[in-house]
Amino acid sequence: MANNSLTKIFSQTEDTRLATPGINWAMLIFLIISIVGLGLGASSFIVGHEAVYNNTREVPWGLIIATYAFWAITSTGLCIYAAISHLFGGTRMAIVSNRMVWMSIICIMAAFATIGVEIASPHTMIIYNILSPNLTSNIWWMGTLYGIAVGCMILEFFGLIKGFARFAVVFGTIAAIAEVFANSCLGGVFATLPAKPFWYGGQLPIYFLTAAFLSGAAATILFNYLAYKIRGVEMSAAVKSAMHSAGKAMTLVLILYSVATFWRLIMFFVGGTELGRIAAEALITGPLSFFFWFLEIGIGLLIPMILIIIFRLQNVAIMATAGFLILVGQFFARYNMVAAGLLVPGTPGWDNAPTYLDYVPSLIEWAVIVGSIAVVCLGFLIGERVFGKIFDQKEHH
Amino acid sequence: MDIKNLEKEQNEGIESLPSDERRKFLQMGLAVTGVFLGGTLLSLTSVSTAKGRNADPAIPADGQYPYTKHYGMIMRQNHCVGCEKCMDACVETNNVQIGHGAWRTTIQERLTPLDSGREKREFRPILCNQCNRPPCVRVCPTKATYKDPETGIIVMDDKKCIGCKTCMAACPYNARYYSHAKHAIDKCNFCIDTLLAAGEKQTACVTSCPAHVRVFGDLKDTSSEIYKLLHKPDNKIWVIRPDCGALPNVFYMNA
Repeated sequence: MANNSLTKIFSQTEDTRLATPGINWAMLIFLIISIVGLGLGASSFIVGHEAVYNNTREVPWGLIIATYAFWAITSTGLCIYAAISHLFGGTRMAIVSNRMVWMSIICIMAAFATIGVEIASPHTMIIYNILSPNLTSNIWWMGTLYGIAVGCMILEFFGLIKGFARFAVVFGTIAAIAEVFANSCLGGVFATLPAKPFWYGGQLPIYFLTAAFLSGAAATILFNYLAYKIRGVEMSAAVKSAMHSAGKAMTLVLILYSVATFWRLIMFFVGGTELGRIAAEALITGPLSFFFWFLEIGIGLLIPMILIIIFRLQNVAIMATAGFLILVGQFFARYNMVAAGLLVPGTPGWDNAPTYLDYVPSLIEWAVIVGSIAVVCLGFLIGERVFGKIFDQKEHH
Repeated sequence: MDIKNLEKEQNEGIESLPSDERRKFLQMGLAVTGVFLGGTLLSLTSVSTAKGRNADPAIPADGQYPYTKHYGMIMRQNHCVGCEKCMDACVETNNVQIGHGAWRTTIQERLTPLDSGREKREFRPILCNQCNRPPCVRVCPTKATYKDPETGIIVMDDKKCIGCKTCMAACPYNARYYSHAKHAIDKCNFCIDTLLAAGEKQTACVTSCPAHVRVFGDLKDTSSEIYKLLHKPDNKIWVIRPDCGALPNVFYMNA
């Protein structure tokens, strides 16, 4: 009975154009990569985190937490844009907002999968987050709010499939509010730690929210471009118009985010604590300088800015390229932020501590990251294959 | 009082001046020379001492201890010779599984070049500072780490620890590590579950120290050595990373 009704739903939503051996093979490959990558991370539960991850007492977090933040922030961005489109309608991006809801769910799932193999006892978290909540903890709020958000987004998506417009709008709005607060708490996890002056301060939560708007717009353009690319069809004028709107949003936030990045770093060189300045120098001239200048600034901000200036948002393929580069830059921006805060010894001058502690992500840490990317790729293809028909709508509620 | 009679009064001298009076005088000196200037620029008195206890929020004012017994420790830093007996005693008493950066207390070392071309070597014992405003307790999502309401000691409830390591990132003193044996974060707890639970009055690191560097006790007990050291007006007391606002209960002095 249940199978029949599911089949009925899927028959109304699936895109049979993608029922090709190529897509099936791609899904299988992404499934294998995600199982192997995340499985290698999960091996830490058996052999111990210290055996597979290069984190230490002094550098307890690293690449995996940064990746979690990247996917969570991207999910927030997608969810917000979708909610704005659903709630207020009339925006050009509304036509692709269903796809954004789906990809927001997938991105948060990738985030959960990533942090699931980073936390030492995730099963304990499920129990004691409920039985023993600490309401002053940003981590508790972040986890709880992202949990609420993903639940609401799944309900919203169900509403979209079934055509329950009001139902979808209500849960979509709750999800977006939860995502904004969750994102804010994610910033707060770092921003409320005075022990790490590079993180400490009121700017970081806003910075994370700005990053969400940037990553969300970039992801919207990239995923829509890929959706048409794998089908081998041209975008309709309405979808192109949606991409143009997303491109405008991406450009505006790219400028805001660049300004915020500039001032955030300058502040460490005009005063404040020594530890903050040393951390900022890790990016400017220190061990993270290549990641910062080449990947975060060059690839992630400057080249997309140049592409946008030259091509004026007229070419979707160029915009998608810019979006992809922005996402690459945002990924390394998260890593640089996490690493710069932790690489500086807390009590410099003592124990002959080096200026910067030694942390290079292990191969298994990178495998987890590749696994999480495969989760998103797999989720994207599943979405297009199973729900493709509802992703582009001529008219919107 | 007629001011002309003042010159007929006998000078009482400063030998019998009670310390409370001296402190009030120092406070007045601070006010006169200007707290806004940091109180150290113009004052001719030992203002840094006065400021340490009266104006520095990291050093508790006398009587400001919120716990039933308020345990703390003072390190007489210049007495430490780095013999590491405290570390060995801690490992043995508290069954610390060494390896992967596991320690509850350690000794930091610093070499400072001198003008003479030689180097000054200093040691500094460090452990959990059992802060009054502990960042680790605030960030823990499941209350796996908390202030013991009786003693003010920060303790762990291992079964609730999810291993997110946020407390490790939050601690200004690098006092926490992930114990693979316990599947939880481990840290110094002033031997609350070992020696103090057995009725002992001192921690393992205190009793093992041959140089009497560490002074442990109840800050509320006005007859305790730690109370006297902390509140002796001449003692210059400091804490590590006061900028974090954690209000630590481990203090440092040279004696």
